[in-house]
Amino acid sequence: MKLETIKFNIEKVMQDFPILKNIKNNKSLVYLDSAATSQKPLQVINRIKKFYEEENANIHRCLYDLSTEATKNYEDVKEIVANFINADKEEIIFTKSTTESLNLVAYSLLQELNEGDEIILSISEHHSNLVPWQQLSKRYKLKVNFAKLNENLEIDVDNLKSLVNKKTKVIAVNHVSNTTGVKNNIKEIAEIAKENNIYLVVDAAQSAPHFKLDVKELGVDFLAFSGHKMLAPTGIGVLFGKKELLQKISPFIYGGGMIKEVSLEDTRFDELPGKFEAGTQNISGAIALGESIKYLEEIGMDNIDAYIEELTTYALEKLNEISGLKVYGKGHGIISFNIDKIHPHDLSSLLNEDNIAVRGGHHCCMPLMKYLGINGTVRVSLYIYNNKEDIDKLVESLRKAIKFFE
Amino acid sequence: MESQLYRENIMDHYRNPRNFGDLDSYDYKHKEVNTLCGDEVEISFKLENNKIKDIKFKGVGCAISIASASILTELIKGKTLEEVKNYKNEELMETLGISLSPIRIKCAILSLMTLKDSIKIKELQNVRN
Repeated sequence: MKLETIKFNIEKVMQDFPILKNIKNNKSLVYLDSAATSQKPLQVINRIKKFYEEENANIHRCLYDLSTEATKNYEDVKEIVANFINADKEEIIFTKSTTESLNLVAYSLLQELNEGDEIILSISEHHSNLVPWQQLSKRYKLKVNFAKLNENLEIDVDNLKSLVNKKTKVIAVNHVSNTTGVKNNIKEIAEIAKENNIYLVVDAAQSAPHFKLDVKELGVDFLAFSGHKMLAPTGIGVLFGKKELLQKISPFIYGGGMIKEVSLEDTRFDELPGKFEAGTQNISGAIALGESIKYLEEIGMDNIDAYIEELTTYALEKLNEISGLKVYGKGHGIISFNIDKIHPHDLSSLLNEDNIAVRGGHHCCMPLMKYLGINGTVRVSLYIYNNKEDIDKLVESLRKAIKFFE
Repeated sequence: MESQLYRENIMDHYRNPRNFGDLDSYDYKHKEVNTLCGDEVEISFKLENNKIKDIKFKGVGCAISIASASILTELIKGKTLEEVKNYKNEELMETLGISLSPIRIKCAILSLMTLKDSIKIKELQNVRN
């Protein structure tokens, strides 16, 4: 059965990923853990190599050609990322990761709030969009409320609305759950935030790699995502923040590069986005991120969205044929499931013996696991270098594992 | 089907865990949970002449954690408290005879940690009293 709507050459794409040639026990790698980190195409790998072989220099301050060029390449990527999500260049801050981006917002925003102010999160948040808010709320004496999930495991927007009161100042939610792949209705949540003058922070780690994001259309105040989940290396993340908000709030990390003037007594900070980029940034990482966005845009974000949607549907069909298997929610590109009487760790280890890479455990979502009444799941996550055969191999290996544990 | 990890001895101890259950009367009893994955082990044992005379375990978890607990209870019978305290993770791993990733090693040694902690906790209580 051929997948109907592929508008790009999947075989050609798969050839761009050298790691797929990995062989173990005569089996080639079936990589189904892109929600943890994506594999990298040669184009991105070679761009990093080229940077270090021909272009490497520190940026912004130096007076020689190598540095000027490195600065230009770095700044060009800011433009690429801004266009990628329909933002302005000064609204793009480079960080290390989604986790660092969310910590930046939490630290910088919560300083502005008063004792007794409230924050709304959801039960399905990744620890990186829960722990910072939770811990800083203890420090600043703020109250954290949790929006419930509906029967589809989406954030229940009505329930979220019922938590809003005069003291609510921040809503921080995931766009797509890293555990279930369920997509949340950010636009509706953004309307609630706007009506009530609440800052909206969105964890887009699992959505940015998969479909076109438009921060203006979504109506978010802050948005965070990671390069390494979308073909770029680890160590480069993005924080989008509305210009007027970023201008208002204090920096999170202080140091060189984010200043206009420093004396012993005080410091004048740089303008946006420099104010939030202290120290030497991950220059090669940023340049690689630019390359990865170019790669994705050549395929087309809509095409990627459609392909992953269809592959997910195929996977769900096949998985639901396995008796004793339960899927949690209907996700996009991510499927969490359990099989009766087999621990997720055992299942994952057995799949590993067939060179199939999945994740087993709580996926940094312990409150969600508790809500579902389980300790963990097996998680399969798909990306542009997966195909129908990968799913077939997964299902075959699962059936073997079930027989083994009978 | 052959598995490198789930060898016959492991699967045997998983399916038919030895010394599974409760002791009616015991000198030591302790439960621990690996919060990362929810594996749970409770161990109770009785001493005679300072040696472990009888030991039982109860648990919920992955095959590695159950099998390892079962194998451990067989190994540890007849040992003194000192010998138990000095029993190394590596020795248990060698007996299991499988190569485990860092995460799965935690599954394998959960029972040993529970056993050692039961002794530590009782010692602390004795000091306080």
